[in-house]
Amino acid sequence: MRLVRMLAPAVLALAFNQLAVAAGSAEKGKVAYVKHGCWQCHGFAAQGGVTGPKLAPNPMPPEAFAAFVRFTNGAMPPYQKAILSDEDLADIHAYLQSLPKAPDYKSIPLLNP
Amino acid sequence: MAHKDPGPKADRRRFLTGVVAAGAATAMTPVRSADVVAQAPRAPSALPPSGKAAEAETGTPRELARVKGTPGSDFMVDVIKTLGIKYLPANCASSYRAIHESLINYGGNKMPEFLTCMHEESAVGMAHGYFKVAGKPLMTLCHGTVGLQHATMGIYNAWCDRVPVIVVGGNDMDAATRPPGVPTFHSAQDINALVRDFTKWDDTPVSLQHFSQSFVRAYKIAMTPPYGPVAISLDAGLQQEPMKEHGEKPYIPRYVPTAPPQGDSGAVKEAARLLAAAQNPVIVADRAARTPNGMRLLVQLAELLQARVIDQGGRMNFPRTHYLSAPPAAVSGADVIIGLELSDFWATVNAYTDNAMNEGIGTNSTRIKRDAKLVSISSVDLNTKANYQDFQRFQVIDVQMAADAEATLPALIEAVKSAIPNERKAAIEKRGEAARKAYAEGSERTRAAAALGWDASPVSTARMCMEVYGAVKGLDWSLVASEGNVSNWPNRLWPLEKYHHWLGRSGGYGVGYGAPASVGAALANRDLGRFSVSIQSDGDLMYAPGVLWTAAKHRIPLLAVMHNNRGYHQEVMHVQRLSNFRNRVANLGGDMGPVGTSIQNPDVEYHKLAEAMGWWAKGPIKDPAQLGPALREAVAVVKGGQPALLNVWTQPR
Repeated sequence: MRLVRMLAPAVLALAFNQLAVAAGSAEKGKVAYVKHGCWQCHGFAAQGGVTGPKLAPNPMPPEAFAAFVRFTNGAMPPYQKAILSDEDLADIHAYLQSLPKAPDYKSIPLLNP
Repeated sequence: MAHKDPGPKADRRRFLTGVVAAGAATAMTPVRSADVVAQAPRAPSALPPSGKAAEAETGTPRELARVKGTPGSDFMVDVIKTLGIKYLPANCASSYRAIHESLINYGGNKMPEFLTCMHEESAVGMAHGYFKVAGKPLMTLCHGTVGLQHATMGIYNAWCDRVPVIVVGGNDMDAATRPPGVPTFHSAQDINALVRDFTKWDDTPVSLQHFSQSFVRAYKIAMTPPYGPVAISLDAGLQQEPMKEHGEKPYIPRYVPTAPPQGDSGAVKEAARLLAAAQNPVIVADRAARTPNGMRLLVQLAELLQARVIDQGGRMNFPRTHYLSAPPAAVSGADVIIGLELSDFWATVNAYTDNAMNEGIGTNSTRIKRDAKLVSISSVDLNTKANYQDFQRFQVIDVQMAADAEATLPALIEAVKSAIPNERKAAIEKRGEAARKAYAEGSERTRAAAALGWDASPVSTARMCMEVYGAVKGLDWSLVASEGNVSNWPNRLWPLEKYHHWLGRSGGYGVGYGAPASVGAALANRDLGRFSVSIQSDGDLMYAPGVLWTAAKHRIPLLAVMHNNRGYHQEVMHVQRLSNFRNRVANLGGDMGPVGTSIQNPDVEYHKLAEAMGWWAKGPIKDPAQLGPALREAVAVVKGGQPALLNVWTQPR
């Protein structure tokens, strides 16, 4: 466990550097988001639910996003490069960034009964 | 085996032989009508015969009952009627044909009324849902072998959900006389063995007196907390043979309810002492409220302590509109946690992460303070069995009562009142203020989360749930089932306040509960003048969709709104998860989810399925803007007494 803690910063730094070169496509990212199953826990609109948190609007920064997706040992299963390329990952992030802000709940009558 | 009465009677085997012989004689012997005609006044032969003469010449001899005496199954109906069982949902079967005939003819098809079902699992599911509204058990009949096999998953759900259902299986025990072929395939030495691990009690009566005692006993055991299903094996011979004409007539024992078990007075006092002295006590309830009074008692205890309450939703335990209503994470700051009828105390205070760490078994961690004291009141401790693992992981508890929570609450409330010192009262009031603030903040966060994806297509589960609530909120509504996981939005957003607003879930997580339980609960609500609405998942409906026909046949009004995410979504995520753990791309096979988990290509047209079974239906609705108008139409149909279904394409969770 201690070894994991020691290595984690180095691993994360490596991931940050790798993703920094990629420029994502929101259009391709929409396809990749479905193909890789992100929708399963986070919803097609990245709105989140009991199975996973919301991913948009305002997704986490790309470096942190990449590090989490690759190395998480939480409730989400990790996506390593063998199953999700750097390019697809960058595209997915670009897609999440493109999603519009949700309406204010105060403006929705059904949420203010 | 049925007791064979040696006295004078028409034995069913000898009777059949006699029928064959009599039939042959009738065919060969001139009818007695000739004698009747000979006594009539003479008249010209050209005149038409009188009505009486015509009947005599062309009619058949007056038929007499071929079995003399009172059928044993008539007596069984007399027994059943003493218990006030209102309905009998069942799929018909020859091994109980005698009692079936007695129920509908001798018994007048009332108390109980036979409801035609298309699957035994549906029949048990209906009884399950009915009880959770009416508080009264139903019985079902089935073939003791093939029918009981169909019924088992429903019985397991009832067992795990602590719901009484009386299951009666027909069986032809006498191997020397039972008809060959199908009836023999449908017979067994001990039909109840199949369900013994998940029923409270079972019996195989061998006489009518034995039946009356067993049936009343079965009812009594099923209705003593912890409630649960029971099984009776009903011999075909015992049903069909007439009662003894001589000797003592069997009696019907009077049913007297058994008082539920209360917690030991010393343990109650100790629990009260811990709660009264706690800085931050938290109450967790799962199946605590067996009745509306259980809710009232829980509110009383919570307000007395100003303790937050986590309602795990096995029943409607605590109003969601109350400021002390809290999310599961509220256990984290507690120094005393009292669990009331929890199905899983371990998972209440511990977290499990399915992350393939620790050689694949995942990670366990505590959710609570190291020195937090745990108290439990659970009647299930009185009825734990070995085989099926519904008792969950072992959790060490500091004060544990094998008792019914609702029955123990009055004593606990009094003990807490006595245990709270005057100097603690101000601090307790302050705790309430903090709870009000946390509740208001939580409500804001929940509504903000619901707004995400509000206009998305497929329809978000939050949008669907709130559109449904908007359509029924002016009625005396009852959410009779919410299956398929809609991110728990009804519990988070609907003002669940009355006992019938929320009925809990299946218990055993056996998929296929939602549809029949909804219909059963809607039946009970119909009799109470309430409006029933269900959130019906796609996979759940397809286990036994014939229950839709049963609802239409018996005019059971129900609004079913489909959470159609076009997959067995829990399994979609499981297979994806395992693929990732193994660093392999999940094979989707052309669908959205991994092979074997999607319900698409082709998409099931549930609205057409429902229409074919006599429902008003509409769909598929993919645009959230169309949902509100469709709901208004559907509500009007249901208010008119008919079931209605909306097929809504939804987000996965």
